[in-house]
Amino acid sequence: MTKIEFRDVYFRYNEDENWVLRNINLSINADESIAIIGHNGSGKSTIAKLINGLLIPQAGDILIDGEKITERNLWEVRRKVGMVFQNPENQFVGTTVMDDVAFGLENRGIPRDEMVHRIDESLREVGMQDFFLHEAHHLSGGQKQRVAIASVMAVQPEVLILDEATSMLDPLGRREIIQTIQHVRQQHGFTILTITHDLDEISSSDRLLVLQNGKLVIDTKPRDWFAQTEDWESLGLIAPFTTKLANILKDHGYRFPSHPLNHEELIEAIWTYNLKE
Amino acid sequence: MKSWLVIGQYVPGNSILHRLDPRTKLLLIFSYVIIVFFANNPASYAVLTFFAIGAIFLSKLSISYILKGITPIWFFIIFSFLIHLFFTRDGEVLWQFQQITIYYGGLIQGLTISLRFLLLIMVTSLLTLTTSPMEITDALENLLAPLQKWKVPVHELALMLSISLRFIPTLMDELDKISKAQASRGVDLKTGSLKSRIYAVVPLLVPLFISAFRRAEDLAMAMEARGYRGGEGRTKLRQLKYTMLDYQAAIIYLVIIIIFFYLRN
Repeated sequence: MTKIEFRDVYFRYNEDENWVLRNINLSINADESIAIIGHNGSGKSTIAKLINGLLIPQAGDILIDGEKITERNLWEVRRKVGMVFQNPENQFVGTTVMDDVAFGLENRGIPRDEMVHRIDESLREVGMQDFFLHEAHHLSGGQKQRVAIASVMAVQPEVLILDEATSMLDPLGRREIIQTIQHVRQQHGFTILTITHDLDEISSSDRLLVLQNGKLVIDTKPRDWFAQTEDWESLGLIAPFTTKLANILKDHGYRFPSHPLNHEELIEAIWTYNLKE
Repeated sequence: MKSWLVIGQYVPGNSILHRLDPRTKLLLIFSYVIIVFFANNPASYAVLTFFAIGAIFLSKLSISYILKGITPIWFFIIFSFLIHLFFTRDGEVLWQFQQITIYYGGLIQGLTISLRFLLLIMVTSLLTLTTSPMEITDALENLLAPLQKWKVPVHELALMLSISLRFIPTLMDELDKISKAQASRGVDLKTGSLKSRIYAVVPLLVPLFISAFRRAEDLAMAMEARGYRGGEGRTKLRQLKYTMLDYQAAIIYLVIIIIFFYLRN
């Protein structure tokens, strides 16, 4: 079932500027997890904001569940599409963790009893149940992002967009967030869009979209893309060691059945290599 | 610098004063502030002082802590005492030395003014010492809610207040970072004349403002993404509830006020 659809979408921030997005056509299924990459200014964050109705395209339509986003159904769209932003500090609205999770629920006029129940549940899901009354400045970046995820989860969205949600975190915080997202996704099964520079996040997605100068240039499986590409730097990525090694081995005539994405897969491929021949 | 920031900073606790509904505290203290100006004889001042000391006792905070907390205010108290002492010409002369004459009326006037000042500061700082900023915001929103009939944006003001309170520590951290960054570039913040030190503040404030604006933009975006569209149709997680304690406090306060008006001339 198609969840999100882009039809010939054009967008620019100002009349006299170049198009940030040009002729984007895209359809995303309800159960997919998608990674979007691209260098700075390629329009990847713009795509996220368009899906949430924070921006409206100048030309073309964006459909959620087959319905075009307009001023009229904007708030319904925002209920369905939850978003976690880059800066953990600047999206923490409430004074305490509890208030922050409540914010989105209060906006939607959820009765208080239901609210208390949902706050409890969503904080439990991200493992922040012991921090109810903590204030924002007493939390680490990773903890704040987990609260941000909980606040989005509490509203029970159908699509979750992570706009470089891990880019300002240290490696530990990043791992925390990736695990948290995988956990909540197993529980609820929503569509997930990750805008990222992080290779772990890319390789754990079902589908990869690459944007370049406002155009969708690649739409493929992460594994296929890892196997082919040599163009890491221009996309603001650093090729992982396993990929580099695998590519060099291929240049030397090794043939792997599928491109190894991580250490384990590469070791597996190498030690079983001669057994098959 | 630090002591300025400590004035009335919330001290978590579980005393009777902490447990009172913030609306009760707000109303009592607001009326107390007005009533202080009606005191006009030693007996009425005694009642007010008794109330203030009683309240401090109930807050379980030590008097010395509260007095230390208002250190910066002492200057104003002493200053206004001296002004009245030297410039009021009333009653008999107590002491004379060259140009300076001190009258009995001046002494009394100085004492009452500084006592008034002290009472006001002590009681109001007691409010902020025992009530978290969030509770005060909630209480204000609740008490001012009737003004919405006249199109006063009470909810928006309360939200603004709570967001600014939430960002104070964030901006303080930011300021600290910026001042270190500027110090490492050679901006001298700690020495030099007053004028040069005031000038040195500019390279701190400009980046702070720029980043605050950027934060505001991000925050507005995040709030919109989470479905915020004003106060209409919004429910609230935080609820205020008057308890037995509040009724008791109100009754005791009323009795004290009646005694007060009975004693004053």
